[in-house]
Amino acid sequence: MAVRAQPISWLHWAGAAAAALVLLAILGPLVTVALRATDATTLGAADWAAIRFTLFQAVLSAAFSVALAIPVARALARRNFIGRRLFVTLLGAPFLLPVIVAVLGLLAVFGRSGWLNSVIQGLGQEPIEIYGLGGVVLAHVFLNLPLAVRLLLQGWLALPAERMRLATTLGFTARDVRRHFERPLLRDVVPPAAALIFLICSTSFAVALILGGGPRATTIELAIYQAFRFEFDLARAALLGVVQVGICLAAGILAYRIGRVVDFGTGLDRQALPWPGDTMGHRVADGAAILCAAAFLVLPLLAVVLQGLPSVWGLPMLVWEAAVRSVLLAVLSAMGAVALAFPMALLIARNARSAGLELVGMLGIAVSPLVIGTGLFIVIVPFADPTALAFPVTGLVNALISLPFLVRALVPAIRSAEATQGRLADALGLQGMSRLRHAILPRVRRPLGFGAGLAAAFSMGDLGVITLFSVPGEGTLPLEMYRLMGSYRTDDAQGAALVLMGLTLFVFWSFDRGGRVHAAT
Amino acid sequence: MKHTIIAAGVSVLAGAAYADTPVLTVYTYDSFVADWGPGPQIEAAFEETCGCDLQFVGAGDGAALLARVRLEGSRSDADVVLGLDTNLTAAAAETGLFAPHGLTPEGLTLPITWDDDTFLPFDWGHFAFVHRTDLDNVPGDFEALGASDVRIVIQDPRSSTPGLGLLMWVDTAYGDAAADVWAALADNIVTVTPGWSEAYGLFLEGEADMVLSYTTSPAYHLIAEEDDGFAAAAFSEGHYMQVEVAGVLAESDQPDLARSFLDFMLSDGFQSVIPTTNWMYPAALPADQLPDGFDTLTVPDTSLLLSADDAAARRGAALDTWQSALSQ
Repeated sequence: MAVRAQPISWLHWAGAAAAALVLLAILGPLVTVALRATDATTLGAADWAAIRFTLFQAVLSAAFSVALAIPVARALARRNFIGRRLFVTLLGAPFLLPVIVAVLGLLAVFGRSGWLNSVIQGLGQEPIEIYGLGGVVLAHVFLNLPLAVRLLLQGWLALPAERMRLATTLGFTARDVRRHFERPLLRDVVPPAAALIFLICSTSFAVALILGGGPRATTIELAIYQAFRFEFDLARAALLGVVQVGICLAAGILAYRIGRVVDFGTGLDRQALPWPGDTMGHRVADGAAILCAAAFLVLPLLAVVLQGLPSVWGLPMLVWEAAVRSVLLAVLSAMGAVALAFPMALLIARNARSAGLELVGMLGIAVSPLVIGTGLFIVIVPFADPTALAFPVTGLVNALISLPFLVRALVPAIRSAEATQGRLADALGLQGMSRLRHAILPRVRRPLGFGAGLAAAFSMGDLGVITLFSVPGEGTLPLEMYRLMGSYRTDDAQGAALVLMGLTLFVFWSFDRGGRVHAAT
Repeated sequence: MKHTIIAAGVSVLAGAAYADTPVLTVYTYDSFVADWGPGPQIEAAFEETCGCDLQFVGAGDGAALLARVRLEGSRSDADVVLGLDTNLTAAAAETGLFAPHGLTPEGLTLPITWDDDTFLPFDWGHFAFVHRTDLDNVPGDFEALGASDVRIVIQDPRSSTPGLGLLMWVDTAYGDAAADVWAALADNIVTVTPGWSEAYGLFLEGEADMVLSYTTSPAYHLIAEEDDGFAAAAFSEGHYMQVEVAGVLAESDQPDLARSFLDFMLSDGFQSVIPTTNWMYPAALPADQLPDGFDTLTVPDTSLLLSADDAAARRGAALDTWQSALSQ
């Protein structure tokens, strides 16, 4: 990548400051928790078993998610059909759902009394059982396949339509397309996507336990939970938190080593149709990939809708109040995430040796919300009433969690904007703010909107941090949903889950759509 | 947000010596303070007589509650902590953060005698496996359950108080043979959830025939939903109890008010609210004053409960047994 010296050093400073802030906000709480611990500790056999299981299921989940995402993303890239846009938006939904809602939706389809088993038993066969490693991977694929598709699709959409048309003119076959475009492209987008999903799955707690079917399926996050909540062993909680950070760094470095940044040159950002070397067989395969993915992803969501619909109108007022609060929190969190990620991404994009910075950006996903929340709590208690800071703290933590997605999405976009528009901008003497506004921003709107939408959606579903800081009457929507569930009010909880899903999708869509205004896709 | 800041400000002012209305801060678990929980009614009833401002603060579940008090240590604003259970009281007492209650409780209706001088009980329940009444061949003890093909869902003792209750239940009833019981149960256990809500949700979704809950759970369905299709299985070994308690913090700036709250806790104004809001048995209310519907519940012949110290001492080994039996 061409690196040119830009006299916009204040932007560099902003990037460095953002990175420092992120590092402080993530490692500070970890250190704080460790310092509060009174006894030294080591990891026991159960902890090592948890670490092994965590790694194993996360690798499997990431591998399946990305492998299955490839045909779906390719099909979406080379087909246009009615409802494509809606489908791409819906792809956001599973990933953004609170875990328990997603799990109940999945069970409505794959569970013992689920739709699939009704069909199977109707055919006189033995019902299938999803609990176990298979169930964990199934749920993680359900949650993360859409994310993988979105990340890979962005890679495909970055192929300039002009290039593809040239390829068609040159009579490229499907094999040529694979060799010249798709393989280098996958080499670019697959490792970071797989690393991200691996990290998300490595901090999984409830999904792994519920669908894993028992204590075999103990993850590091559950071990942290146990150490902190039941044993109040802060040293072990902190140590396990450090292990999580170590795993994150290793995965990040590996992804960086394997990955290659490719440059396909520039175009006018249009979808390339028809696809070079297209055949009837491809059309059928693409149709099948999209239909299968749609069925797999939409049916559980449909179950959530059907279960929630009867009780939506009768929901208590406080659920709606919580909904308003959650939306505000989501917007706050998205703004925080953009404010941190944008300068960091600019700095990374302009600096060839920026692996360290990228890793800082990735840390957010690896740190246990419980450890970070506890650490911040310990820091805040001597100075202020933590419940009064519930809102900003939750916003900040969720901004940190969504940072990796934003940075990941922004860096390639900024690089390509610099590569394609940079010379023109230089010639026109565009520097600083005006360069950002005219040359960079228009070309990073899509990833920016997507990332901000993810950040917003994350905090809509947040349950990790808010629980420590929350005050009665000030709960967020997922918290109220859990309170309803915890008081036998399952019907209302399902109604609240539907509201949560709808609002989360709406917030995500608003940001995502905002980023794609004037774009053809 | 604004309300919180104002409320925080008010509590700081009110805590000062010149304030008119003293504030009593009670930390409790989340579902206690919910609109439909006992909190709002109890707050209104106590404030009628105390000349004070009672503020409930929800802090997650029982275990999170203790963790929060420990994190805040002597700086805590809390005067009373309400909602720990006897599995946690040994650890809570050991922190030295709690003061003796100094009261002689009268009229306790627990099935056991109570002689803890730090914590006082406010309600209790028996753990039980809850099922729909259309379930055939309901097992009558753990061995029958292990031998049957009844599917159950339980909670993880490492993250949930009912899960811990089941662990102590099997341990108390079977002692050294607990490992065999767990091994027999392993193929009945559909899955283990992090908390009560997930387990009960899975049960209602039809994922399991029985769920670990309380003998009082069918009362909710009967009274609030007018659905008499749920029951709790009576086990011949006896049923382990959960006793929920409250204690006064040693660093409280309102020690007298805190004690009068504990006193109020065992009076009718508090106790009569519990059955249909917390769906547990009140700790000091005669059985004939329980609401209609409670008379239909399963009443175990034998109540099992380890003392706080024994529970704390046996937990580690019981957990190892559980983990290794279910990890086979």
